[in-house]
Amino acid sequence: MARLLRSDLTLAVVPLLLIAGFLLLGAPGLGERRGPPAEELVVERTALSPGEIALTVRNDGPDAVSVAQVQVNDAFAEFSGASGPIGRLGSAVLRVQHPWVEGEAYEVALVTGSGGTVLHEIPVAVSTPPADVGFFGLMALLGVYVGVIPVALGMLWLPWLRRVPPSWIRALMALTVGLLAFLAVDAVLEGIEVAGEGSQAFGGSALVFIGAAVAFLLLTGVSSWLGRGTALLVAIGIGLHNLGEGLAIGAAYSAGALALGAFLVVGFALHNTTEGLAIVAPLARERVSAWRLGLLGVVAGGPAVVGAWIGAAAYNASAAAFLFGFGAGAIIQVIAALVPTLRDETGRTLHPAAVTGILSGMGLMFATGLLVSA
Amino acid sequence: MTSLTRRGLIGAGLAGGALLGASRAGGHAASHAHATAHGGHANFRGGVAVDHVANGFDPHEIVRDFDWGVTSRTASGRVIRSWELFAVDKEIEVMPGVSFAAWTYNGRIPGPTLRCREGELLRIRFANGSAHPHTIHFHGIHPATMDGVPGQGAGIIEPGGATVYEFEALPAGLHLYHCHVRPLAEHIAKGLYGAFIVDPADGREDADELVMVMNGFDTNFDRANEVYAANTIGFAYMDRPIEVSLGSLVRVYLVNVLEYDLINSFHLHGNLFDWYPTGTSSRSSEFTDTVMLCQGQRGVLEWRFAHPGKYMFHAHQSEFTELGWQGFFAVT
Repeated sequence: MARLLRSDLTLAVVPLLLIAGFLLLGAPGLGERRGPPAEELVVERTALSPGEIALTVRNDGPDAVSVAQVQVNDAFAEFSGASGPIGRLGSAVLRVQHPWVEGEAYEVALVTGSGGTVLHEIPVAVSTPPADVGFFGLMALLGVYVGVIPVALGMLWLPWLRRVPPSWIRALMALTVGLLAFLAVDAVLEGIEVAGEGSQAFGGSALVFIGAAVAFLLLTGVSSWLGRGTALLVAIGIGLHNLGEGLAIGAAYSAGALALGAFLVVGFALHNTTEGLAIVAPLARERVSAWRLGLLGVVAGGPAVVGAWIGAAAYNASAAAFLFGFGAGAIIQVIAALVPTLRDETGRTLHPAAVTGILSGMGLMFATGLLVSA
Repeated sequence: MTSLTRRGLIGAGLAGGALLGASRAGGHAASHAHATAHGGHANFRGGVAVDHVANGFDPHEIVRDFDWGVTSRTASGRVIRSWELFAVDKEIEVMPGVSFAAWTYNGRIPGPTLRCREGELLRIRFANGSAHPHTIHFHGIHPATMDGVPGQGAGIIEPGGATVYEFEALPAGLHLYHCHVRPLAEHIAKGLYGAFIVDPADGREDADELVMVMNGFDTNFDRANEVYAANTIGFAYMDRPIEVSLGSLVRVYLVNVLEYDLINSFHLHGNLFDWYPTGTSSRSSEFTDTVMLCQGQRGVLEWRFAHPGKYMFHAHQSEFTELGWQGFFAVT
């Protein structure tokens, strides 16, 4: 038996050994790559503090890149960091000394060892908030406002849900499907947009779809293991989506691209309140403790807080793209789980009430979404 | 830039903020902390420097390096002045850590500062050791066949080829030479140029003489320069000032060969100078502290420092200044 295993193993590694041999021979016949080194640097993060512009750069290309000089608005600038070449997929923080002025625009040019330039725009210079307790408190408050409270508010529809007839419940479940479908599409588009900004070496927008596939499969596995608990599943799906939402808010705030107007918070609150409805709709015919309801609310809304923290403190476009995809995949799984609940007495899924509900859900999301886009 | 536009968050935030008076927006200066490195002047990153030895030339030497060539006499006793120039492709470190695939005369940028006297017979043997065709086109008065342009005289000198340019040193003044093969901008921007000085027959007043060829380098091939300088290496005379004596006559032979930018300029701090455009007249045309030159324009500057100390000189296009074209005179 053992001998058999060993020979099996040998057979399994034969192709790999051949590839290794090819490498050891130095890929005979192919020769050196033609042309100058390909230098690809991506700025992943910009942090501004008085007199300093700190750029986190990542080498996206196949060759090591050295940052020889830095120019800010067509003037050479003193800087520290990246004293040696940055290897493939490696990153470095460049601390550039420049007396930047709030509200003005800057163009930073990184001059590489071969004389190439990597341009980085700072459209509006705003001081990056220091990552202290007060800041994380503010981000937590923001997460609570846009995530936890709206979801909890939406869950207050439960008593009313208990009094409506089954056909209404089916329509409301259809509404939930519509809401979630909108969110899934939104998260995918958002993820693709974010992926375009960051390093492409990790997969770029492919990360969105990888994230979606991972979440879909994981949640499918979890739900078949749980056996029941549609409400929890919906809460998890929405929670993962809110993680991405919090991430975007936190990153936008730390980049100075977000003013915390009450209008914005109200917009998000209305938008996300519908998510609470989605969680409690499957519970309309069940007895649930207040404790369990609270837990569902936290599962769905709490990730917004975590997302805001991550987004503000350690934003990374590739990770964000993956998380957006992850959220979308989770939602798609939830939709798949909810669809059977739409079936009426005759076994039809897309009956007029369901279609109306789905379209209404999408319309509701679209309308409340307008509140958070100027 | 990670410009986050989560459903247009920015706009919503700004609109909402304005609506409810809760905006954090403000135009206040975030910082008055100016960089203290390099004494507050723009410069390359600290702690690294151009390797002049590896480059094979040093702007601190070039600034006072005049190549008088080799002389012989004709039967009638006329001076024949000869130089050997060759074109060679060479990697030059044009700013610390940045290598530039240059085309040079005699392995340096600018090429040798050729100096002679009015009326001498000049003989410049040119050998093309570059992988690309080149010529030497001199400014001055000479026959068309000696003009160093395609289709005239020897025309284009192909790689491995050679020719001799021969003409009279006329007129007295400050001139220049450069390659005249198409594409012109590339052949000049890559480094094929130098100063050419014809002294008046009766000479000029004794002075501390300096030559500055204003140039720049387009290291990323976007037809705009990434770095500017006098004598190739930006900030060279900031890090190590040009030393001159208080009260003695300083004469600068200033040539502008800058490619891609329309003009260049020279500005002197704390003093004014006499300006002799093209160096062809013994009469100063202006007493000023700033002159503007287009490509190919040149002139002679003369002044005496009135006070000891360090005085800046630089292009008076601030962009060029902070991209390398600035320096100091140290007056003692």
